[in-house]
Amino acid sequence: MVYEERNLWSTLVVSVVAMIVYVIVILQAADGGPLIEVDWVPIMLWTIGASIVGAIVVSIVWGMVASVRDPDGTGKSDQRDRDIARMGNRVGYAIIVIPGLGVIALCAFEAHWFWIANTMYLGFAVSTIVGGIASVIAYRRGLV
Amino acid sequence: MVKPTRVTNSIRAVREAAGMTQAELAKRIGVTRQTLIAIEQGKYSPTLELAFQISRVFGVGLDDVFQYPEA
Repeated sequence: MVYEERNLWSTLVVSVVAMIVYVIVILQAADGGPLIEVDWVPIMLWTIGASIVGAIVVSIVWGMVASVRDPDGTGKSDQRDRDIARMGNRVGYAIIVIPGLGVIALCAFEAHWFWIANTMYLGFAVSTIVGGIASVIAYRRGLV
Repeated sequence: MVKPTRVTNSIRAVREAAGMTQAELAKRIGVTRQTLIAIEQGKYSPTLELAFQISRVFGVGLDDVFQYPEA
């Protein structure tokens, strides 16, 4: 597995875990009550921060382990990595349109900030995950 | 399903005839071994620049390494 693919897997795994943890923490904080009463801002900020740091840490640790087996491949990226990253980003951006429209609709109906912010957060998370999955498929099955 | 490219290549045959390993060729053209494997298997279409670099390593023309069907 090349350096960029490892980074991709790190981001993908951490994003999925972060999204699941976020939903669980929010539901626990609500404790059966209305979700809009949850103090979601610090939870969301901590989740975003932790997922960024987590992806970096996982990537570094994985890279260290991988460099023992393949010292030459450490930190290398090439044209194929860039092409796959571009394709993955394109897929991710296409997905982000959906929550973007959802946020406009929620604003139009004067929905609570909780739903507006969380729709956007969910959109970013899903966009990252779907873009990541598309890139992983390209690494595994090819990009022509 | 990934749409297969119509461009085929004979990198593997040319490389083996030259007695070169995948790792050596990958190093010469500045890509990872995984990328070279993907190119050899037709899972990744190299850029024109990379295609020229590959053919230049073997001292042959582009057509000797990469083929495109007439119809």
